[in-house]
Amino acid sequence: MADAGMLRFHVPEPEVRPGGTPDFSNVTIAAAGSVPRPEIDVDPRIIRDMAFSIIRVLNRAGEAVGPWAGLLSDEELLEGLRHMMTLRTFDARMQMAQRQGKTSFYMQHLGEEAVSCAFRKALAPGDMNFPTYRQAGLLIADGYPMVTMMNQIYSNEADPLKGRQLPIMYSSKEHGFFSISGNLATQYIQAVGWAMASAISNDSRIAAAWIGDGSTAESDFHSALVFASTYKAPVVLNVVNNQWAISTFQGIARGGSGTFAARGLGFGIPALRVDGNDYLAVHAVAKWAAERARSNLGPTLVEYVTYRAGAHSSSDDPSAYRPKTESDAWPLGDPVVRLKNHLIRLGVWSEERHKQAEAEILDTVIAAQKEAESHGTLHAGGKPSTRDMFEGLYAEMPPHLRRQRQQAGV
Amino acid sequence: MPRRTMIEAIRDAMDVSMERDEKVVVFGEDVGFFGGVFRCTQGLQAKYGKSRCFDAPINESGIVGSAIGMAAYGLKPCVEIQFADYMYPAYDQLTQEAARLRYRSNGDFTCPIVVRMPTGGGIFGGQTHSQSPEALFTHVSGLKTVVPSNPHDAKGLLIAAIEDPDPVIFLEPKRLYNGPFDGHHERPVTPWSKHELGEVADGHYTVPLGKAAIRRAGSAVTVLAYGTMVYVAQAAAEETGIDAEIIDLRTLLPLDLDTIVASVKKTGRCVVVHEATLTSGFGAELVALVQENCFYHLEAPVARVAGWDTPYPHAQEWDYFPGPARVGRALTETLEA
Repeated sequence: MADAGMLRFHVPEPEVRPGGTPDFSNVTIAAAGSVPRPEIDVDPRIIRDMAFSIIRVLNRAGEAVGPWAGLLSDEELLEGLRHMMTLRTFDARMQMAQRQGKTSFYMQHLGEEAVSCAFRKALAPGDMNFPTYRQAGLLIADGYPMVTMMNQIYSNEADPLKGRQLPIMYSSKEHGFFSISGNLATQYIQAVGWAMASAISNDSRIAAAWIGDGSTAESDFHSALVFASTYKAPVVLNVVNNQWAISTFQGIARGGSGTFAARGLGFGIPALRVDGNDYLAVHAVAKWAAERARSNLGPTLVEYVTYRAGAHSSSDDPSAYRPKTESDAWPLGDPVVRLKNHLIRLGVWSEERHKQAEAEILDTVIAAQKEAESHGTLHAGGKPSTRDMFEGLYAEMPPHLRRQRQQAGV
Repeated sequence: MPRRTMIEAIRDAMDVSMERDEKVVVFGEDVGFFGGVFRCTQGLQAKYGKSRCFDAPINESGIVGSAIGMAAYGLKPCVEIQFADYMYPAYDQLTQEAARLRYRSNGDFTCPIVVRMPTGGGIFGGQTHSQSPEALFTHVSGLKTVVPSNPHDAKGLLIAAIEDPDPVIFLEPKRLYNGPFDGHHERPVTPWSKHELGEVADGHYTVPLGKAAIRRAGSAVTVLAYGTMVYVAQAAAEETGIDAEIIDLRTLLPLDLDTIVASVKKTGRCVVVHEATLTSGFGAELVALVQENCFYHLEAPVARVAGWDTPYPHAQEWDYFPGPARVGRALTETLEA
């Protein structure tokens, strides 16, 4: 025994704090096209290395390369670009609306647009996502009306959730988007249960679970992996590693584990790690995992390596805990810019058309916003009724609630 | 009519429900092949297959969380937590998810689950096999909480709970599984086969949620009880000779306030009895409601007999358990007040 002296307590720290120079030299990034694409029925033991690499399709020159390329047509890629640009514009407008006092709260997706937008296109109708609060791209890419999203954010008279939920906690069964809860990780195990139910019912639909890097530390992450592994549930277990959980860098949740994807290996769940800012790679990996689930081959854990470029929420100031320019230094770049460059390289897009599309999308979002605001905002105009506060808790209102509603004079 | 134990009645309720509706699935720890540590699910896996009745990992949050996902899909899970004392890891899922899903999604998603859990003491279960956590559920908007006290009700209430469109916490007093228990631990226990409420009809019937039952009609004092305490209260009434009206609440939320108020207005006195600890227990809610609704009819302070405000001890089982002597004293004092 060399040094059996006093014990020392270990607390992981990010490489750099405010005032420092951003440094991502510790992030090992595989070259685009370098990670093989196994068959979906591969023995999970053979692909353990994939939990430690990064699947990438778009290279620095904007070319789609390697075995995960070639799944999407030019039209589909152009549509994907539009979805990401729409989400970004939507975010910017809603962030501004929050600053203008039209709503109490907002959370942006800046830098993570590819993850949810591309994933949605890998699912089939009837599949169910169990999202966190940072996957609104699932709705945008599925054609859910922006006006309805804004109505929810404004808690106005047209809010489909009747003003009961905090902004951005959307719900749409029709669009395969499970009701968002403020409690982190709870939906991860629920997704597994939904997938188990689909298997019990001999259905063909699959579920997708969503969680962030920080929330993998919650107990329900473990519960989900145990149940998914035990029952071979048809679920895609998504971990969006954007490096930050509010102010806490991902090392606090990850600890000494090599990657979040590697968490799946101990449960016998095949795990892939993918460039989350590469629309093509996200889509290809999502498609692979979805096919695995649909073929009754069981769950797949997918870690999307990305970066939370914006503040955690409208209530957060990241300059208090990380360098202001850190997102610029992020080695996987910006998902919108990368897909744009790829499409320009393909000859189906141009800087000019991109600028034009930006203007068109802004017009569309502003038009949606005007329509939503005609139904009211949090503090002005139409709002849900006080009666709505008492309704809908139970299928049938119990006597004590009926009495309280009468006391409230509604 | 056939007589069944509470265990058999509960099993029969699940059997009937699974037979009638293929969406009903049953799972939990040791629930499948083995049939449950209390035998409540015996034979169900053999009869309905492993897709309908199966063993779960030891993970209460996982059991309830996955059940919520199944309910969102369209199944009707009836899951088991092995002891109510072990529901705490699932508390987040129960209170923040199951209870609020319908409300927060405006009915887009619903949660028709039943969470069965053996509850209560009187069995030398010590700190983690005796708890009565009902107040932790009745305080949660969106849950329903049920506590049966006999085989007939257990079956009817459980079928009603499974058919209910909202999440139901179904607390089964394990002390009553094999026979009624009045707190006289020194006497041999009589089995349900010798009790009229052990008569359990075959096939489908329900006992509606939210309706209390008057177990003993009386005029001197109203006793509000549920679970094992119903029999303790009956013994106390007989032993003191006090003409108590004993109400078995059966469902704590939604509560049958009308039956309670009608009785207290008649008797003018009320004693609330439960095994759970006193402070902030469900009894406090009952006392408040009686006081609010019957103030001008009350002739004495409303009394509470409850477990002491301590963890449930092992060796001091019968000093802790509110037995007939303690309940009897409360009845006498309330009449003399």
